[in-house]
Amino acid sequence: MPLSINGNEFDYSGDPRRTLLDFLRRDCGLTGTKKGCDHGQCGACTVLVNGQRINSCLTLAVMHDGDEITTIEGLGTPGAMHPLQAAFVRHDGYQCGYCTPGQICSAKAMIDEAANGWPSFVSDDLEEKVTLTPDEIRERMSGNLCRCGAYSNIVDAIAEVLEAQQ
Amino acid sequence: MRPFQYVRPDGLDHASLRLREGARSIAGGTNLLDLMKLDVETPSELVDINRLPLGGIEEAGERLRLGALVSNSACAADPRIRRDYPVLARAILAGATFQLRNKATTGGNLCQRTRCYYFYNIDQPCNKREPGSGCAAIGGFNRIHAILGASDSCIATYPGDMAVALYALDAAVEIAGADGSKREVSVRDFHRLPGDTPEKDNVLEPGEIITGVMLPAPAAGKQLYRKVRERSSYAFALVSIAAMVRMEGGRIASAALAFGGLAHKPWHDPRIDALLSGAEPSDALFDRAADLLLENARGQGANDFKIPLARRALKATLHEATGDNA
Repeated sequence: MPLSINGNEFDYSGDPRRTLLDFLRRDCGLTGTKKGCDHGQCGACTVLVNGQRINSCLTLAVMHDGDEITTIEGLGTPGAMHPLQAAFVRHDGYQCGYCTPGQICSAKAMIDEAANGWPSFVSDDLEEKVTLTPDEIRERMSGNLCRCGAYSNIVDAIAEVLEAQQ
Repeated sequence: MRPFQYVRPDGLDHASLRLREGARSIAGGTNLLDLMKLDVETPSELVDINRLPLGGIEEAGERLRLGALVSNSACAADPRIRRDYPVLARAILAGATFQLRNKATTGGNLCQRTRCYYFYNIDQPCNKREPGSGCAAIGGFNRIHAILGASDSCIATYPGDMAVALYALDAAVEIAGADGSKREVSVRDFHRLPGDTPEKDNVLEPGEIITGVMLPAPAAGKQLYRKVRERSSYAFALVSIAAMVRMEGGRIASAALAFGGLAHKPWHDPRIDALLSGAEPSDALFDRAADLLLENARGQGANDFKIPLARRALKATLHEATGDNA
């Protein structure tokens, strides 16, 4: 069964050692997804699999037939940016930009998780509706490192998108 | 990564058959693939169990059954877990990141391996990775290592949070064997102390697969998970405590405590639960509980701080759980 990447179908039948990350970058030419640590610690390789954010460096391409994968290229284009992309530009939510695709994919999934009522470590009440305060955003985005330290602008960019949604 | 054969079994029996010497099952893969990239794990065959029917959270009488493939995210977000087993939701949410928890599974999490730096570095001796090669952590840099239950072979700690909560809850691990057999093991007996066979993390035999985790009927009372770590998010515990405490008329009616970061397995000492049950909360009582916990504690140098830290964390947790803020 093929896997769908940003709505296009791909088949994977190569070396089982290839990670989803390497498959995206080398075989599909989708270099928006970045390789940082390659060990699930930095989040630069974050993509959405069936709507959920994962580290694409810690999963094998061969395991994903039938899955729907969305990378940064599938979220928006230079001519039609996703609201998160536009907000990152507006708030200067980066310096070198290497972590940005992962940050934006991660933020997209975070907003969906919160809408589904998923609590986090800093949620006072596990059962009440989730409000994405700056503290919640920081905790929920802790799997995405930014070595340039643009964190405050990243939080501002995400907060602006959340505000616009209300 | 070393070459391996990739197999997708068509059923549990088939998976068990494939899981012979040298093979590893893969579910979320977040720990295993990390270790394979470093040549710490070099399986000849990967048995991908993700397509097996081992998902779902369902009621089983008064108990709640978590399928082995239930992701950590799905578990912590499940309304029944949040309502009836908050210590489990809290412990899961205290570990890793949303990205990792979306992939990490209930069964895989139980089997995750130590984060001992020497285990991870194939240029160093490690009895867990290579039996008989020695232990570089003893006499080395051992800030994250065990103060309880260690041996001359291994001072590694079990790194997870989820299992610590399962120890407090006294959950059971459901295991399927190669001959079609099924057994249920108390989670408190699932992980092993290192002894002179630290290469064995748990009691799984070749061909056995975790199929699920059974949570006991929900218990009344307060459930807490306290985690002390080097930074406030995305870090392993130096010391963690899962506590379930029920108060009645100013006394502790029942208590069940489990500890992470201290040993080769989550630590449960039934003497502590017995001491607390029926007693009136006080600072002196909590000190006696810490005395029991740390009776045989032994620091390795860089981790000596864990002994007073465990005492303070335990006392703070008990003060919070009993509502006595003295």
